[in-house]
Amino acid sequence: MSKLASTAELENLRRALLDKRDPGEPCITICSGTGCHAYGCEKVADAFRKEIIKKKLSRKVKLRTTGCHGFCERGPLVVIYPKKIFYQRVKIEDVSEIISETIIKENLVERLLYVDPNTKEKIIYEDDVPFYKKQQRLIFGNNGVIDPTCIEDYLMAGGYRALAKILNGISPETVIDTVKNANLRGRGGGGFPAGVKWESCRKAKGDVRYVICNADEGDPGAYMDRSLLEGNPHSVLEGMIIGAYAIGSNQGYVYVRNEYPLAVHNLTIAIKQAERYGLLGTNILGSDFAFKVKIGRGGGAFVCGESSALMASLEGSVGEPRAKHIHTVESGLWDKPTNLNNVETWANVPLIINKGAGWYNQIGTEGSKGTKIFSLVGKVNNTGLVEVPMGITLREVIYDIGGGIPGGRKFKAVQTGGPSGGCIPEQYLDLPVDFDRLSEVGSMMGSGGMIVMDERNCMVDVAKYFLNFLKDESCGKCTSCREGTERMHEILVDITEGRGKDLDIELLEELGEVVAETSLCALGGTAPNPVLSTIRYFREEYETHIKDKRCPAGVCKELTRYVVDRENCVGCGRCKVVCPSQAITGKKKKPHKINQKKCVKCGACFENCKFNAVKIA
Amino acid sequence: MVKLRIDGKEIEAKEGTMLIEAAREVGAVIPSLCYNEELPPYGACRLCLVEVKRGKQSRITTSCNYPVMEGIEVSTTSEKVLKYRRINMELIFARCPNSETIKEMAREMGIEKPRFSLKDDDCILCGLCVRACKEVVGVSAISFVNRGTNRWVATPFFDHSAVCIGCGSCAYVCPTQCIGMEDVGDTRRFRKWNTEFKLKACKVCGYHFAPEFQLEYMRKKANLPKDYFDTCPNCRP
Repeated sequence: MSKLASTAELENLRRALLDKRDPGEPCITICSGTGCHAYGCEKVADAFRKEIIKKKLSRKVKLRTTGCHGFCERGPLVVIYPKKIFYQRVKIEDVSEIISETIIKENLVERLLYVDPNTKEKIIYEDDVPFYKKQQRLIFGNNGVIDPTCIEDYLMAGGYRALAKILNGISPETVIDTVKNANLRGRGGGGFPAGVKWESCRKAKGDVRYVICNADEGDPGAYMDRSLLEGNPHSVLEGMIIGAYAIGSNQGYVYVRNEYPLAVHNLTIAIKQAERYGLLGTNILGSDFAFKVKIGRGGGAFVCGESSALMASLEGSVGEPRAKHIHTVESGLWDKPTNLNNVETWANVPLIINKGAGWYNQIGTEGSKGTKIFSLVGKVNNTGLVEVPMGITLREVIYDIGGGIPGGRKFKAVQTGGPSGGCIPEQYLDLPVDFDRLSEVGSMMGSGGMIVMDERNCMVDVAKYFLNFLKDESCGKCTSCREGTERMHEILVDITEGRGKDLDIELLEELGEVVAETSLCALGGTAPNPVLSTIRYFREEYETHIKDKRCPAGVCKELTRYVVDRENCVGCGRCKVVCPSQAITGKKKKPHKINQKKCVKCGACFENCKFNAVKIA
Repeated sequence: MVKLRIDGKEIEAKEGTMLIEAAREVGAVIPSLCYNEELPPYGACRLCLVEVKRGKQSRITTSCNYPVMEGIEVSTTSEKVLKYRRINMELIFARCPNSETIKEMAREMGIEKPRFSLKDDDCILCGLCVRACKEVVGVSAISFVNRGTNRWVATPFFDHSAVCIGCGSCAYVCPTQCIGMEDVGDTRRFRKWNTEFKLKACKVCGYHFAPEFQLEYMRKKANLPKDYFDTCPNCRP
């Protein structure tokens, strides 16, 4: 490969690559995202490689390991092109059959097909899987199509076309106007209009400017930025190059946590490839524009996702936020004007440039345009990454895409916005999801975590969990954040262990207000959200813990007692079998009994009783 | 000069002045623990809170690191400000219930006993020692370690810091006197930094007046004659 000297050369290369590719040729794609990696997709891919050689099919069938497809619940995922036959939970043992049946004879391997749990119907093609059907995968869609370590794949999918477009005579100001008109809002959490930020940075005094991609995704349960960077790093790079052109920057940084080794690996390859093609470096595509990207690896502090702390960390200092009256667009990294956006925001940019602001504005709601990737996790049947248009309701995401709550249990709440987001109760299931509406109900968009909870989740325990995370992840500079979150956590521990007192709820509310109002950065500013939102919507549950010393969900061990309802118990003995501490006694066909002294409150009896005879007292 | 209003009074202040200075200048009483005019502001203790109105927006901010701005309206005594200061004070008090300085300040703000369980710490993590060591002395012998509730101030690896000159600036600026610096005979000890220094005796009066290491550091830095620090400042001609 040699440097492309003009945008025309890029188009020639793209055409040549596409000409070589036969769209009808079978191609086996294997999801190689982090989720599928955990399921062992690498070995499955190896097995395919060997089987293809063994059957002498190397010329007839292609094999491609791709980025995350999103449907992590059913991994390892295999999609066979051109028809997009969808196989899930594929094991090494299935490989030779897939090759001999599907590739050679064009038959289906029925047992690997996805079965819709609601209709019991077997689904053959990826596009018909309900999980994907309601999604609008504009940013994430290419993840399943391209090999992230192969720039040619990205080029064949239309990659760097937006960059070529702007270098063909669109001024930086026009690029900024396009992004502004598209109403692109930052996907990292704040939702600040990206175009406005770019403009301020361009206008800021100084000749050196920096562009940063924030890939310090640290919310428990959120992994969309990771998957984008792992699965389609060039889309992020292209966004950054366009941003740098618009802002007038020649140096960019991607700050990515070192706990994301695959993302670092794939991004490193992507940068090298882009440099070799002259898409990064000096005279990009033959123009006067120069831009380089370096990777800064973070040590995994949550607070380093905060822009000024991130910049401090990049400079080599301790990741601590700094005073807010100086904007980073004016004085950021090494006190130079700096524009920071998150991974998903950058990945939106090429799309907007290619398709225009008008097109982008058709997607989403009044105040929030485009799509958003959520990581749908928790008590939901289809966990995974989902990309949906802004304004979709929570119900559609959780029930239509997520397939509802497992085990026929009742939905209780959904936590959005990461650890400092809030819990949204059932009454708001039909809330359109966008930046403003989520804030209105006391939660936030955050970077897009969505944790579904059912009736077996205790909301006080949930608040305690997040506060525990936040008190450890606070940088510790501000008294209010460091001591405040610790004290809030302490009170929550007391409540969940039966030491709750009158006025504890009021004290939590009071502390929450002070932590939010008087801490320096957004970490402290939003840290009380999990507590305040659960008090707002589940106050009764707090009161039951404090006054009745009872945990209705049966989560807080000190406040939970399992008892056998003698009326319902048929004496099947199932509970006795599953009890890990031999706390259950009883004769066959006679009501059983739980010895409270021996009981470890694991809830196995409760989970396993088919007659609703084990109750939480 | 910048025009602004503080507690209803119209004032003029030099550009770059921090609100805490401008407000104290006109008689406002603003408590603070991590602020020292000789050091760059840090904004850690969150006691010097004020309410700033800028156009239609009103926000609570620390006054030690918020510069005066044209046209802003500052309240140092609004209900919110006083309440938030009090609760932050209560949090500090619960952390260091045995510090006389803290007890006194808390009492002044009407807190007799914190509502939280009491810890037994002596350091409020204001960072004055860290900043003095870095900005004034210029050696950075100590720094913050860890984060969140595990944050401390320490020397590298909690051992004797090779760059520490034993000057005691840290102890001088500490509002809770928690460094534990002590001169006994010919030795200066720092309880908090697990270290001690030999003190130099004055050739004339015999008084152990400063750590040898510090004197050598200063002599080299100022390019002074070799015997310059053989005598203490009192006996120096």
